[in-house]
Amino acid sequence: MAYFVQLVFAGVALGCIYALIGLGFTIIFKASEVINFAQGELLLVGAYIVSAGVFEWHLAFFLALLLGILVTVFIGLLFERLVLRRMIGRPVFSVLMITIGLGIVLHTLVIAKWGSNPIPAATPFEFTSGFNIGGVHFGANELWTIIVTVLVCAALFYFFRFTKYGLAMRATAIDQEAALSIGINIRTVYALAWGISAAIATIGGVFLSINAIAIDPTLGNIALLAFPAIILGGIDSVSGAVVGGIIIGLAQVVTAGYESHFANILGAGFHEITPYLIMILILLIRPYGLFGTRKVERI
Amino acid sequence: MNASATTRKRSIDAQAQPPRLFGSLSRWIVLCLALLAVVIFFSVATEDWLTIVNYTLIAAIASLGLNVLSGYTGQVSLGMAFFMAIGAYTAALLGGTPPTSPLDPLGFGLSFFIWLPAAGIVAALLGALIGPTALRLKGFYLGIVTLSLVFIGNYIFINARGLTGGPQGRTFPVPAIGAFSFDQQNTIFGITLTSGQQFFLLILPILALSALFVGNVMRSRAGRAFKAVRDNEVGATIMGVNLFEAKMGAFILSSFLAGISGALFASYSRYVIPNYWSLALSIQFVAAIIVGGIASVWGSILGAAFVFGLPLVIDQFSLLPTGSSSGGLNSGDLNAFIYGFLIIVFLLFEPGGVLGIVRRSQALVRKLNIHGGEGGEPAEITDLPSIAGARSDVGDSSVTKGEEA
Repeated sequence: MAYFVQLVFAGVALGCIYALIGLGFTIIFKASEVINFAQGELLLVGAYIVSAGVFEWHLAFFLALLLGILVTVFIGLLFERLVLRRMIGRPVFSVLMITIGLGIVLHTLVIAKWGSNPIPAATPFEFTSGFNIGGVHFGANELWTIIVTVLVCAALFYFFRFTKYGLAMRATAIDQEAALSIGINIRTVYALAWGISAAIATIGGVFLSINAIAIDPTLGNIALLAFPAIILGGIDSVSGAVVGGIIIGLAQVVTAGYESHFANILGAGFHEITPYLIMILILLIRPYGLFGTRKVERI
Repeated sequence: MNASATTRKRSIDAQAQPPRLFGSLSRWIVLCLALLAVVIFFSVATEDWLTIVNYTLIAAIASLGLNVLSGYTGQVSLGMAFFMAIGAYTAALLGGTPPTSPLDPLGFGLSFFIWLPAAGIVAALLGALIGPTALRLKGFYLGIVTLSLVFIGNYIFINARGLTGGPQGRTFPVPAIGAFSFDQQNTIFGITLTSGQQFFLLILPILALSALFVGNVMRSRAGRAFKAVRDNEVGATIMGVNLFEAKMGAFILSSFLAGISGALFASYSRYVIPNYWSLALSIQFVAAIIVGGIASVWGSILGAAFVFGLPLVIDQFSLLPTGSSSGGLNSGDLNAFIYGFLIIVFLLFEPGGVLGIVRRSQALVRKLNIHGGEGGEPAEITDLPSIAGARSDVGDSSVTKGEEA
């Protein structure tokens, strides 16, 4: 039983990371109908800068974190301003591919600067710290992941509900032309969306790297697991991203915990694909996800 | 936008001609020159250069496949690596040497004339199986599902030891006709051919056939249906295009070419680990068609040369200083940086890729010629009242709106 509780705890924590990454996708998608395939690489850049800030440039952790967020937000804003704004009205294919292009560039820049070998992850607390209750270890890493995710979600909730710009973003998401006609500055909305999601990506990246203890350039691939999360939750739903993320994280960790019992059937690494299997299942029966808007389309 | 719309329109007009094998006199001249170039290359090239060219030609076959699906039909796919792997393992299963110990991966030792076509056919069948589910989805959804195919495939390949040799990989069969095995030096009609030369003589005709086939399909009714689906699904349906059939056709053809390319790649490499069939490989093909030229046969080949051939050339000349363990790029990474950057630049300024630039400059030259009273080929000036005419009237923005609806 303790084993199961332990798995659930770890699963929720991992799910929170997916939720953070998924939120980044969803916010950009809601604002501009763009799926940003470079999100994983933004996260990678953020995680590397934080780690290098602590170990190479000897900054305090939170200063390094701030630096990481600033750099990724800058990259996000620059890309939005210089590239994506010129792509408005182009086919989905082109927009998607151009974000892949950004991803490749960021990925190789990270390799050029830091190489392909793992570097240690920066953390404000000891990797092994935490406490035990009834045989279950509550690690500081997992606890902080959950707490920060809750805080980020609360902040986003407040932002979207009670601030002028949050309201503007929601209005744009509902109807872009109507929002434009009542004087909402769509450009500010796009920039905000990219800025917020780049910042969240860095936070997610830092937790992801602490979770893995070391980071290497393949970290960005883990961010791809946020795709199943957002599709499960509904791609245009902010709360869906969080719920979907937690479900996917739970499913993955619980499978990882028990798959060794079925090793002769499942083989190794089954937990790496459970998120994708869940995603394909959900796309078959409910393509708009748990909380997404149902699009009616008839010809 | 205007200029590229004109080029696109022109190219569609050119494609609306009846199927042809070789066409006009100027095409014959170009063909003869190309053949001459091939013969000269073939006789003077070193084995290293043949290796580079062979890998490029193999990659070009798969790029062509992706261009059918993404370039001509507009369906995003990140699953090329998966279908290539299917082709490769089909080849390995059918053509591999029968196991001598129980730990060896399986192989039936069948002839090359069976395993190569089978590689394409099995990949196409699997495409036909997956297609109905995947193609219900549009845009990035299809991209994400094909991406997940790559990961699911990797899991299966690593675990299916009997077929793939597990994480350590396995050897793949070499094309052999009787005692004439492609991995050895052979003498035929008194000419001694190296392994690279033999593979070259095998791969080039396969690429040429695939290119001719794809080019002609795109000039046919099916090809026009593909392009109509890409430009406007609702519009295509109204004009009587069966959306499902068109998408499935493109998906199956693309899977077939990927399977053939995968089998040839594995066979030429002799030894491949399952991790080779990664998302990064799929993305390289996407990069190839964007840089080379979307919806174009020559674009696929140019793109493959750029994305897959260039890093090998850089290595060949050792153009890069040897990197240290921390930092520094290898040729593959440097090339990735260049094509990542080029994807952005091309999609922003020249969606037609390298070939788009070529076409644009050709159009410019022709315009100058007309002003000089020379006049181009009559077929190129005539304005066919085809789909193309209707399409250029509809602005780009409304086309995309239709896609999102």
